[in-house]
Amino acid sequence: MTAIFQTILYGYERVPEQDREAHHPVVVVGAGPVGLALAIDLAQRDVPVVVLDENDKVSFGSRAICFSKRTLEICDRLGLGHACVGKGVTWCKGRVFFDEREVYGFDLLPEEGHRRPAFVNLQQYFFEQFLVERLRELQAGGKPLEIRGRNRVSEVFQEDSSARLSVETPDGPYSLTADWVIACDGANSPVRAMLGLDFVGRVFEDNFLIADVRMDADFPTERWFWFDPPFNRGQSALLHKQPDGIWRIDLQLGWNIDREAEKQPERVIPRLRAMLGPDVGFELEWVSVYTFQCRRMERFRHGRVLFAGDSAHQVSPFGARGANSGIQDAENLAWKLALVLNGNSEAILDTYDAERVAAADENILNSTRSTDFITPKSPVSRMFRDAVLGLSEQAPFARPLVNSGRLSVPSVYDGSPLNTQDALIGGPPRTRPGAPCVDAPVRDGWLLDRLGGDFVLMGIGAALPDDLDGVRVVRLEHETTLARRYVGGATAAVYLIRPDQHVAARWPSYEAEAVAEALARARGELC
Amino acid sequence: MLTTEPNLPDPDGFYAELLALHEGRDEAESHAINARLVLILANHIGDRKVLAQAMALAAKVSDDG
Ligand SMILES: Cc1cc2nc3c(=O)[nH]c(=O)nc-3n(C[C@H](O)[C@H](O)[C@H](O)COP(=O)(O)OP(=O)(O)OC[C@H]3O[C@@H](n4cnc5c(N)ncnc54)[C@H](O)[C@@H]3O)c2cc1C
Repeated sequence: MTAIFQTILYGYERVPEQDREAHHPVVVVGAGPVGLALAIDLAQRDVPVVVLDENDKVSFGSRAICFSKRTLEICDRLGLGHACVGKGVTWCKGRVFFDEREVYGFDLLPEEGHRRPAFVNLQQYFFEQFLVERLRELQAGGKPLEIRGRNRVSEVFQEDSSARLSVETPDGPYSLTADWVIACDGANSPVRAMLGLDFVGRVFEDNFLIADVRMDADFPTERWFWFDPPFNRGQSALLHKQPDGIWRIDLQLGWNIDREAEKQPERVIPRLRAMLGPDVGFELEWVSVYTFQCRRMERFRHGRVLFAGDSAHQVSPFGARGANSGIQDAENLAWKLALVLNGNSEAILDTYDAERVAAADENILNSTRSTDFITPKSPVSRMFRDAVLGLSEQAPFARPLVNSGRLSVPSVYDGSPLNTQDALIGGPPRTRPGAPCVDAPVRDGWLLDRLGGDFVLMGIGAALPDDLDGVRVVRLEHETTLARRYVGGATAAVYLIRPDQHVAARWPSYEAEAVAEALARARGELC
Repeated sequence: MLTTEPNLPDPDGFYAELLALHEGRDEAESHAINARLVLILANHIGDRKVLAQAMALAAKVSDDG
């Protein structure tokens, strides 16, 4: 584990523009998961991009572990889905314990016909490493992509048609300009501070101990969550498997504690011993204590500067919505930036703000509700919480009320200005305009692979033109699972799908004029 | 619509049964039973509008003192 933290992945190298200011279409600040995913997406669309990071390695310590199905699907498009799923631990089952008993178990994806599982567990440093490897592969293939380590952004100036950045390096400062600056510089976002923008929300007065332990245990590959267990009375606990025999343990500690003392092995080891039992051998890999907040910026676009990932919004870890939602920010933004740089009106960038602010609100709402269930704030809320848990063992109706984290699912962009009103009578609600496409088996593979990252006109059992300007035409047969997910009560269906695989419009058959108008709308030309 | 007109057969019998449920229990235990009862009945009703009206009525009566 230490080796990966010491490996320099994008070491500092002097560039000619340190002597003569240069201009770039897009500069990404921050090479965390979100900045890297965005850079890869842009490069795949042939948009030249420079990534600046103050560091030159993977992010330190133990952070995200749960990567969702949608993230894996996006990674498939970005070219690292295989690496993530190959290394990651696939899981879809969970168990809930209350006091001394197991109260019930659940399955996150009981549905067949998806290429990717509900989740894989993978240390964030592996995820970042795969992203950097993919970035190197694209560079080697000649894509216009650059990553500059030990380049710390220290000043941002907004100008009329560009933004100017000051950058500190081991050789001293330089400055550069860009049409667009994307701040993916994390929850403490220096760029946000430099622009004097606020970041308001709710602080949760609680501490959690994160311990990654190496052990040879035959616990199944499931998410185990305890409410009020004997080994952590009045608090919660979580156990989750990671690759390479590492387990994530998350113990709630309460508010009034000595955070430094709690991190010491002589405090941590007895806690873990009580949890794991006397016979399990384990070794500590990493220990930290964290608190959290749920908050977002009021707007994610400020002129030439756009915010994505933790810099724009922060959630509690329950639900694994941090990195997963940040990756969706990146995919929402990439194709829109590409359109603007190819001459489209920049109005479409405001739809990034509208769609992703709504998504952030949904994530914050979910993660706040989970937190309120896990950490009841009053005697009455504890009473109802315990009533739900007590009933859940015998009465199935109570199980959906148990909230140990509502795990990340992609947002549906209902009400987006890019959507055209649903015209497919009897069409399944899950694939309505605004929804992310649901995967399904198609002949020779999977639907999402066929959609890729372009605008697509997809017909299922419907006649389509041979080709269409700016749109890839995909003809599919009326197969059972596909039809159940896209045709529903209709007899055939035509879908217009955005480059981020969200549905823009759908009809029972192809009509040139309607499709042309919906396409213009989805490209932000009617905004 | 929430029914606020009398709807229970044998009201005295029901009331006695409710008290019997709590007979001999301490307050914490009774509160826990009431909480479970609320959840069980809410699920049985299964209509968010009716439940919202019921919650509003319960709050109103107590607010009025
Ligand atoms: C304990 C814990 C568990 C978590 N579990 C999960 C989980 O299971 N699933 C999940 O989806 N999320 C999880 N998260 C959240 C996840 O870690 C974050 O959401 C994610 O790292 C955000 O990525 P990012 O790219 O936006 O920011 P970061 O990863 O914070 O990256 C920001 C980057 O910006 C760089 N930077 C900062 N300032 C500058 C500057 N001035 N100039 C240049 N570069 C700069 C930094 O060096 C860094 O590389 C967890 C977090 C924690 C703490």
